Amino acid sequence: MSRSAPRVLFLGLLLSAGARGEEIPLHGFAQVNYAMRMAADLPEGWPARERDFLLGDERFQLEYTHASATGGFSTRLDLFHDAVEGAARLDLREAYLDLSAGKLDLRAGRQILTWGTGDLVFINDVFPKDWVAFLSGAPLEYLKLGVDALNLNLHPGPFAFQAVLIPFFAPDHTPTPDRLVFFNPFPPGTLAETLEPAPKRANIETAFRVYSTYRGYDLAFYAYRGFFRSPGARFDPDAGKATFFHPELGVYGASLQGALLNGLLALEGGLYDSCEDRDGSDPVVENSHLRFLAGYQRAFGADFTLGLQYYGERLRHYGAYQQVLPPGFPIRDQTRSYLTLRLTQFLKYQTLRLSLFFFYSPTEEDYYAIPEVRYSFSDALWGAIGGNLLGGKRDTSFFGQFDKNDNVYLTLRYGF
Amino acid sequence: MSRSGFILAALAAFLWSVPSSAEAPAAEEIARKSHLAFFYAGEDLKVKIHMRLVTRDGKERLRDLTMLRKDVQEGGEQKYFICFHQPADVRDMTFMVWKYPGKDDDRWLYMPALKLVRRIAADDKRSSFAGSDFTYEDVSGRGLEEDVYALVREENLGGKVCDVVKSTPRAEKGADYNYKLSWIDRTTLLPLKEEYYDRQGNLARVFTADEVKEVQGFPTIVRRTMTNLQTGHKTEVVFEEVRYDLGLAADLFTERYLRSAPPEAK
Repeated sequence: MSRSAPRVLFLGLLLSAGARGEEIPLHGFAQVNYAMRMAADLPEGWPARERDFLLGDERFQLEYTHASATGGFSTRLDLFHDAVEGAARLDLREAYLDLSAGKLDLRAGRQILTWGTGDLVFINDVFPKDWVAFLSGAPLEYLKLGVDALNLNLHPGPFAFQAVLIPFFAPDHTPTPDRLVFFNPFPPGTLAETLEPAPKRANIETAFRVYSTYRGYDLAFYAYRGFFRSPGARFDPDAGKATFFHPELGVYGASLQGALLNGLLALEGGLYDSCEDRDGSDPVVENSHLRFLAGYQRAFGADFTLGLQYYGERLRHYGAYQQVLPPGFPIRDQTRSYLTLRLTQFLKYQTLRLSLFFFYSPTEEDYYAIPEVRYSFSDALWGAIGGNLLGGKRDTSFFGQFDKNDNVYLTLRYGF
Repeated sequence: MSRSGFILAALAAFLWSVPSSAEAPAAEEIARKSHLAFFYAGEDLKVKIHMRLVTRDGKERLRDLTMLRKDVQEGGEQKYFICFHQPADVRDMTFMVWKYPGKDDDRWLYMPALKLVRRIAADDKRSSFAGSDFTYEDVSGRGLEEDVYALVREENLGGKVCDVVKSTPRAEKGADYNYKLSWIDRTTLLPLKEEYYDRQGNLARVFTADEVKEVQGFPTIVRRTMTNLQTGHKTEVVFEEVRYDLGLAADLFTERYLRSAPPEAK
């Protein structure tokens, strides 16, 4: 067979599929997503000062999927124009192959991975996230980033086993000074350098999950070895340079979710083991800590749902943390607590959705509110208007530092 | 027999024949058999469902989905798996329900864009299924023991002899209606029409079985409509490719297939 034969064969298959009148499963959407900053009085010297728009995004997503009993593939490609930067880009959000053989499923390639029970609160979900997109008013799905991985699932019985190998480290997208204003401990004019774990065998990240549903209760255990996705920074005052890097991290946790008192209970916990700073003596590496979550959601009447969560982060070596904290840095409590509230009301046969998500931290004394109105004009077209409103007592706290980024956003999407 | 003895006996006979005591078991029996015929036909079921949601002014929305159902216990526990195909913003979304008699259902929703499995809290007595005029309970059935039944009359509906059964929720807040009248076909035991009355006694919603077909020996409502008389909104549902007793595996109704819909659900 000549080298071009497979290509001809492939073309022939495509044509024959077309001739049989089979529908080509090409889907996607066209979307416009703008966000405008509402805050004024941005500090001098911030590049973001020059921009009142956080998002100016025109996007076309194409999705091509094929599946059979033994396998399949899926690709999701975004072509978009970023009007804030004046650049057009391509983003391969997902491209993976699926293989199924008996009790074994393998998904290989670029994929979005999500697990855990929190609502916008992540403990055991250690996969890459785009916080910039989220804070700027992009649709929720853009909070998650695709990652190149091998994802193996085994289903031998009541318990299932999942193993994820991530050979190429992918960081979170964390706020950058060209669009967002946030707490910056470094003097003006500081040079920044970012070091990422190299694509070496020793740096392969591994994540495991064992999960089961027993009498309607979802139980899962998790383990992860890899790196903090949000960097720490080492400052060299002589060179005037900050070096951002991703310290090693282990996360070990469990979750439980199921019915309680006419609603749903979620419990999750995880130990963050900061492998490069086990005794907490290095001020630039995040300390080991515990994360824990208790959530409850319940529906009232036809179309109203209430969700409540308590989320806490407790440092393990608070004494060491206090001792080595550099002067000028804000000190945090040993336990940081957050309360979240989600209200969702559907109206007009679920074509109109009013929602509010609210974070409040009694320890940090800061908040983050996301009100949104979403309306489906037709089956294909929906639009949303919402806001990201942040603030707090201090501009150094987790949400408080983003005070100057309050924005309103608009999303219009036509799906096909 | 003395005169007073005769009167007592006549009174007793009359009391025994009071409709509430004589007919209630019959009404309950009809409701039970209808419940089985309507929601438990076969050991399992696969069906392609097309829904047309129409507003008072004629604006249309469509929902296409595949539904799998497996009975764990005849008349008792069931498992449902739903895969949405249309419209675009719910495409490839999957939804799983483990249904228990006398207890809240367990529900899972999978959102493909986020690869996220979420547990859903919903009031199945009132929440609309996929924005339609059907509640979750209309789709998967309501606990038999939640209502009291009375046989109202016998009536001919479109040439079919029907028992008209009135169901009244035992608990005042046990449903979004005050009572319901069901026209139950004596031959197929399927409801051909149902009227839902609100607390003011007004007719609120009407269900009609528009076409009944026999599939593998099971009479099946393949076209149905639910009309909300108060909003003027209606939902028409068509069942296609109905198959019973496929021998669906129990593990189809687990997180594995929620995240990656099985060929059966395509």
